[in-house]
Amino acid sequence: MPEKKRPKLAVWKFSSCDGCQLSLLDCELELLAVAEAVEIAYFLEATRTAGKGPYDLSLVEGSITTPHDVQRIREVRRLSKVLVTIGACATAGGIQALRNFHDVKGFIDRVYAHPEYIETLATSTAIGDHVAVDFELRGCPINKHQLLELIGALLNKRKPNIPKYAECIECKLRGTPCVMVAKGEPCLGPVVQAGCGNLCPTQGRGCYGCFGPISHQPNTAALAEHFTALGMDARDVQRRFRSFNANAVAFRKESEAHAD
Amino acid sequence: MVPGIGTKVVFERNELDRLITALRERQYRVVGPTVGEGAILYEEMTSSADLPAGWTDSSQPATYRLNRARNGRVFGYTLAAQSWKRHLYPPRQRLFRAERAGRGFRLSGGGGDEAPMAFIGVRACEMAAMQVHDRVFTQDGFTEPGYVRRRQAAFVVAVECAHAGATCFCASTGTGPAVGPGYDILLNEILDAGRHVFVATAGSEKGGEILAGLSCRAPAAAELSAAAAQPASAAAEQQRRMSADAAGVLSRSAESPHWDNVAGRCLTCGNCTMVCPTCFCTSVEDVTDLSGDIAERWRNWDSCFTIDYSYIHGGSVRQSGASRYRQWITHKLASWQQQFGTSGCVGCGRCITWCPVGIDITAEVRALEDREQGR
Ligand code: SF4
Ligand code: SF4
Ligand code: SF4
Ligand code: SF4
Repeated sequence: MPEKKRPKLAVWKFSSCDGCQLSLLDCELELLAVAEAVEIAYFLEATRTAGKGPYDLSLVEGSITTPHDVQRIREVRRLSKVLVTIGACATAGGIQALRNFHDVKGFIDRVYAHPEYIETLATSTAIGDHVAVDFELRGCPINKHQLLELIGALLNKRKPNIPKYAECIECKLRGTPCVMVAKGEPCLGPVVQAGCGNLCPTQGRGCYGCFGPISHQPNTAALAEHFTALGMDARDVQRRFRSFNANAVAFRKESEAHAD
Repeated sequence: MVPGIGTKVVFERNELDRLITALRERQYRVVGPTVGEGAILYEEMTSSADLPAGWTDSSQPATYRLNRARNGRVFGYTLAAQSWKRHLYPPRQRLFRAERAGRGFRLSGGGGDEAPMAFIGVRACEMAAMQVHDRVFTQDGFTEPGYVRRRQAAFVVAVECAHAGATCFCASTGTGPAVGPGYDILLNEILDAGRHVFVATAGSEKGGEILAGLSCRAPAAAELSAAAAQPASAAAEQQRRMSADAAGVLSRSAESPHWDNVAGRCLTCGNCTMVCPTCFCTSVEDVTDLSGDIAERWRNWDSCFTIDYSYIHGGSVRQSGASRYRQWITHKLASWQQQFGTSGCVGCGRCITWCPVGIDITAEVRALEDREQGR
């Protein structure tokens, strides 16, 4: 068979911890298959060689937190045929979006000896707030099986099997008895998109929402009311909605409905 | 002598181990109640030590707890968190695998190589649920081969309820607590004055043969009457009931303002459909490896509560939580009657217990009925 022209893959980093890029490296054996199927043209976490664009597939990690990021993401978009955001930072602003609820200048003045050297935006925002995004891979970090599924689907020109349903469905497919019902553990599962592999409920803990709100009408108000019935005070309810996906619209609104 | 169908015998509690061994010797994969992850689960077991002796459970809307019992009752709990559906119609089923071979492809892996299963501890409502699925999966010339194969091969040891849980309502749906026909062996667990025995009824020839291998004796009159009294007292304990006119109420309530009221509470999480022993909706997904040389088709449990389940060209049909809850309860209690000649609800109460916010199917029907009658 003639050598197929391999699609070019680029991996970009914005404001983030690198955990999602590590999920790609964590694919280990499958990574060899990925490297065979695509040309890894730009991936600084793994190699210093940086091939030139344009790229068939760009995986973008991290959120937009500086004026420079705003410029750079536009350049990435221009160079990319398909742009996929990977992880909570890129899809919702990440844990660093907690700054959005506070005075960033106050933080900088407190933390840095020379605040005048720090150039940052008042907010941490999702890639999708700045450029068009073709697909979102959720998670903090992303799930490597979902990443491989997405790459496999793009390579084979088929629909990726990345369900949009709630974590509860994944929980029940696995057979975990609901920890909220059986243990009284507050769990965000009913309003959070599946994908982690049911990590926390299998450990007897409630979901912390790494995969962000389900895209369609999460009933956060009814769940928050149930958290209160389980004995959480307003501050704890607010905190539950204010973590890795604090700036996702549904979670931001729900957290703002509960006292500081 | 092999006990004939309908014959009752008695064996001691210790014989349970021999029952499990006898089934395993006949190449059954024995599945029964075990304690795990804070609840009763139906899992594979190797000996009677895996049974939840001395455990009981309490079920309330949105609250379930396992408790230590003062007695050593083996079947002193009500129901496992999920039903036998998990085993007869598993959450993920591979339908086939296709591997590129030259210019074509080779198909394999349609299933059919699993060991037959023996279920220990099937309750009346769960037997009824299997019979509902028997219709669903064989109706109108459409046969679901995987289900039918697993079901026909399965050996059923039913256990009659001595007590009902607080969310049970099988007495009002006519599906329990007395176990109907269809079992291979029916057990009634009798604990009294320091004695711990099982009254066993042979329900099939296979069942009689298994019983013949245990150390059994003829039942005493007191044992028979104790066994006979169990379903009646479990029925008397039930705190909930399904309206006899549920199908009628729902068919008249499509436009009820009550749906918005439920939607305010419902998380559309799908737990009710997942734990329901009769809900059968699935979706099919095709997967490939990176090279595209291997493709597989899988069928996974899905739910009318997920937004993608009603997705057709242009979007999802059931956008609102109100329309999704209405779909579920109306299908379950009304349209099943037309579709399958039976209700889709066997009164097990799981959807009430395991709904994270405790939405109660019997209470919602009552609320619709009340609105109808202007109450
Ligand atoms: S444990 Fe959490 S994710 Fe699982 S069913 Fe309960 S609420 Fe849903
Ligand atoms: S009724 Fe309860 S279990 Fe069912 S979808 Fe609504 S909240 Fe979830
Ligand atoms: S609808 Fe609820 S009570 Fe009825 S069979 Fe299903 S889970 Fe059990
Ligand atoms: S619903 Fe009836 S048969 Fe089922 S567990 Fe409860 S009492 Fe037993």
